[in-house]
Amino acid sequence: MAKRQLKAAKAEKAAKAAKTLPKETLRRVVAYLRPQGGWILLSLALSLGFVALSLYLPILVGRAVDCVAGPGQVDFEALGRVLGTIGLCIGLSAACQWLTGMLNNRVACQTVRNMRHDAFLHLHRLPLKYLDGHAAGDILSRMITDVDTFSDGLLMGFTQLFTGVMTILGTLIFMLRLSPLITLVVVVLTPISLFAARFIANRIYDMFTLQTRTRGEQTAVINEAAGDLKLIQAFSHEAASVAQFDEINERLRDCSLKATFYSSLVNPVTRFVNSLVYAAVALFGGLTVMGGGLTVGALTSFLSYANQYTKPFNEISSVLTELQNALACAGRVFEMMDEPPMTPDPEQPEKLEEVRGAFALEDVCFSYDPRRPLIERLSLRAEPGQRVAIVGPTGCGKTTLINLLMRFYDVDAGAITLDGTETRRLTRADLRAQIGMVLQDTWLPAGTIREIISFSRPEATEEEIVAAARAAHAHSFIRRLPEGYDTRIGEAGGSLSQGQQQLLCIARVMLALPPVLILDEATSSIDIMTEQRIQKAFDAMMKGRTSFVVAHRLSTIQGADLILVMNAGRVVEQGTHAELLAKGGAYSKLYQAQFET
Amino acid sequence: MKKLAVYLKPYGKECVLGPLFKLLEALFELLVPLVIAQLVDAAIPSGRQDQILRTGGLLALLALVGLAASVTAQYFAARAAIGFSTSLRHAVFAHVQTLSWTDLDRLGSATLVTRLTGDINQVQTGVNLGLRLLLRSPFVVFGAMIMAFTIDARMSLIFAGVIAALFVIVFGLILGTMPMQTGVRGDMDAVTAVTRENLAGVRVIRAFRREGSESGRFDRLNEALTRSQLRVGRFTAALNPLTWITLNLAVILLLRAGGVRVQAGDLTQGQVIALYNYLSQILVELVKLANLIVTLTKSGACAKRVSGVLALTPTQTDGTKEISAEDLRSLTFRGVGIRYHASGDPALEEISFTALPGQTVGVIGGTGSGKSTLVQLIPRFYDHTRGEILFGDTPIGDLTLASLRRRVGYVPQRATLFAGTIRSNLLWGNPEATEEDLWDALRTAQADEIVKKLPEGLDAPVQQGGRNYSGGQRQRLTIARALVRKPAILILDDSASALDYATDAALRRALRQMPDPPMTFIVSQRTSSVRFADRILVLEDGLCVGQGTHEELLESCPVYREIHMASAGKEAERNG
Repeated sequence: MAKRQLKAAKAEKAAKAAKTLPKETLRRVVAYLRPQGGWILLSLALSLGFVALSLYLPILVGRAVDCVAGPGQVDFEALGRVLGTIGLCIGLSAACQWLTGMLNNRVACQTVRNMRHDAFLHLHRLPLKYLDGHAAGDILSRMITDVDTFSDGLLMGFTQLFTGVMTILGTLIFMLRLSPLITLVVVVLTPISLFAARFIANRIYDMFTLQTRTRGEQTAVINEAAGDLKLIQAFSHEAASVAQFDEINERLRDCSLKATFYSSLVNPVTRFVNSLVYAAVALFGGLTVMGGGLTVGALTSFLSYANQYTKPFNEISSVLTELQNALACAGRVFEMMDEPPMTPDPEQPEKLEEVRGAFALEDVCFSYDPRRPLIERLSLRAEPGQRVAIVGPTGCGKTTLINLLMRFYDVDAGAITLDGTETRRLTRADLRAQIGMVLQDTWLPAGTIREIISFSRPEATEEEIVAAARAAHAHSFIRRLPEGYDTRIGEAGGSLSQGQQQLLCIARVMLALPPVLILDEATSSIDIMTEQRIQKAFDAMMKGRTSFVVAHRLSTIQGADLILVMNAGRVVEQGTHAELLAKGGAYSKLYQAQFET
Repeated sequence: MKKLAVYLKPYGKECVLGPLFKLLEALFELLVPLVIAQLVDAAIPSGRQDQILRTGGLLALLALVGLAASVTAQYFAARAAIGFSTSLRHAVFAHVQTLSWTDLDRLGSATLVTRLTGDINQVQTGVNLGLRLLLRSPFVVFGAMIMAFTIDARMSLIFAGVIAALFVIVFGLILGTMPMQTGVRGDMDAVTAVTRENLAGVRVIRAFRREGSESGRFDRLNEALTRSQLRVGRFTAALNPLTWITLNLAVILLLRAGGVRVQAGDLTQGQVIALYNYLSQILVELVKLANLIVTLTKSGACAKRVSGVLALTPTQTDGTKEISAEDLRSLTFRGVGIRYHASGDPALEEISFTALPGQTVGVIGGTGSGKSTLVQLIPRFYDHTRGEILFGDTPIGDLTLASLRRRVGYVPQRATLFAGTIRSNLLWGNPEATEEDLWDALRTAQADEIVKKLPEGLDAPVQQGGRNYSGGQRQRLTIARALVRKPAILILDDSASALDYATDAALRRALRQMPDPPMTFIVSQRTSSVRFADRILVLEDGLCVGQGTHEELLESCPVYREIHMASAGKEAERNG
């Protein structure tokens, strides 16, 4: 119950967050359900059958009870007939219920599968602008958790709501036929339990919010402490850290106790109201029976109905919250799927043949945020086979340049050309096939070393893979792994060191060896020996290829054909090492600094 | 698991009273069918309205008393469960602080966070529900059976049969599908993993044009998930129809046998109704019980993980002697070695040197050469497994950890600050430090300019991890934090890497000019940071391959020479 209240609170928040109108969301949901339309209708028909049959049962039991009025008054023939009907009823209703369950499960699973499939396809159609701008955790929770909540909530909730309403209506009809007066008593009293539940739910909302907030506060402290326990010990800060934790822990005790206790009142209170309804039915029913208006059997049926009638009421309020929640979740999923995809590839793209690797930027303007211009009117040329080095402080636009060359982002104005063809006139796939990229952020897919290297060319042979690994100076460490090229590496590089991951990234590009290279040099967290290995691998790779190198060390770029010194999105200087030194500007200052003590 | 019971002990009263009141509530519920039987058999035939009124009143009273009992029970259960989890959380958090670095390495921080949050919450839910329902549900089931027995011994045979059948169905299906549910969760994790991977590696995937094959991979896993969900669904969809059939078959049997017994005058009409009512109560409670057992199984698994953390005994034993000025006149390593795992290769072997107050010792080598391990032995973060470490003449193991660590200022490689203010972070070094001490430390650490520029000065807020400061700023602030305690030994554990060359040099100059310069250990990958040290230790694969001054080592140590050549080029980067 407590969970439901919390869910309700979350649903409310989610509903507010999702900007998509519920009506629109509903339309989209219906579109997803349409292929399953026949099954859904069948399921509804079957559940209607179940409701009708199960409601008829108490009447039958009542009749059977009337058949056993007292010693010597038992009508065995009639009893036998009624029991036979009961048996038939049970069989049929159970079959209906079973089929309904199976159908609903099928509909839910298939709908969710289709929705996830579409969401994933859309994921790779989204521009990087969206993916960079949204936390991965948020997108992940939309695709996984929200889709799940949607299926649980909407489909299960919908059938529950349907059977619930049908049960209430059916019970009402059956009861009215037995006795309008007692029915009135039931109808008047039952909503009290709804009000009681609502009353409590409203009261505990604040307590749950407080509990969630306090828990969050505590988790932050736990995260901090768990991550830096060693530091806490190094500074003998253990006692203070425990004291800080305890202060929150005690507050959590208070609000948790309140939230838990008050939320656990909902069940007893609704049960109490139901028991009152039951007592009232017994009272009025007893009086009616005595007056001859009702048989004892009918009273039994009535008592069963009193129980059955109140149950869906208690369920419906939670089902409604769940439905609301499900719609909100669906809204969040659709919101992501409605994000405009990247500009499509041209319909009649130009084809590159025999790429020489002449890359040029002409008057390129670009910014992530229109209010903060970043790259303005940037022009540069890299002739085939030239090595272009880019230096500058963090945030100067080096990564942005890579984003533009790879067409992860499109330029706002100006043009980028490869061998004289504007890259926007090519398909992205064709453009990217010409460029090999090694980033500082070494991302490796989970899989065996062989799979990781052949990521760039899945059809590569064993010999080619080993040759690429050798060329990347990765062969020696791979051989020492427990299962060599068949060693499985977990998500995000697993147990490999930063340097080893980088070598695998290089091997991956080595295998494809396209005419243009974009390389981001190793970070300072790699030790010097490995770094030299990486440098050698880079050098081997760049021979005869146009390459853009984001440099972190001045020593490695002195041989570059063109050095770009960037700052704040602008190229402040460009030229060869000798030219730039002679100029005595930013580069030469940078260069001199390393010899000072 | 027994370990955790200790934390429930203070709530013994609640643990008894909670279930007890729950049983009372159940008892009142069990009385209801009897009251109805009495209504049918006695009150109605009597023709007296007051009798019927009394019956109605009795039912209302039973409902009210039931409510009172149940509210009381919920209160005690909540109190016990929350009190328990509060103490448990405290105990685990406090216990973890006493573990040694070796234990922490083995445990990992992600594990600790889950144990302290999700796992303990799940245990709390288990205790709460267990106190409420574990006794109640069986009590209602068997209570109904006993009530049936008191009404008519022979009819209760039907009850025994139906309870057994329902028990098999409910528990068979709910507990039987648990492994399948685990399978579904596994498939779900796989779908989550591939999605997360695609989000993290989107650039590389697109660069290598693998969107299509990744979508194919996703579809395969998505399909597998759907299949296993459908399989579980087939079983769970059978639960309701099966129990429904069983229960109602029992109703038919009951009415049939009841007819015979009523005809013979052994049973009244009202009693047949009562028996029918008891039957319906049983099913509801059995389903509740099965769900409870699922919850408790989960809680049990969590409880086991939590008690696993509590069962870890710290692998370090504390010394007994407070460190004295006498002990700090020198630090000697004599043939020191350490092995992290009994079976693994040693991380350090045969390290020997002596350092005096005010001296600077440089430690240099590649990744994995054992540099950090060496300096982390000094505050006894790890225990050496061979040789001797002596403070003055006192073996390191004899000193109390607290007094030893109070004299050491440690600056880790990863510069993290804690949520709070700059002041609160600096006070970690020494809670009694004066304003003057703080500024002295900041000046030496080349961090005073950072703080002066902030509008709030020392009281400027620090976010978790120190995110709101740049790497270089954080690094200087962590150095200041270590200096606030005026350490006798200062350890810079590869911590100057985020500093540019000029700041690095200024820092070293300021350290030398301190009134009581500490014995300083500088761990680095580059020669420029250690070239002015009084002594440099060159490490490779856990062995000391050279020891001496910069000039001596350039002459005699090929490894040092190689590192020196390689790192010369790196300097420029730090100025970029």
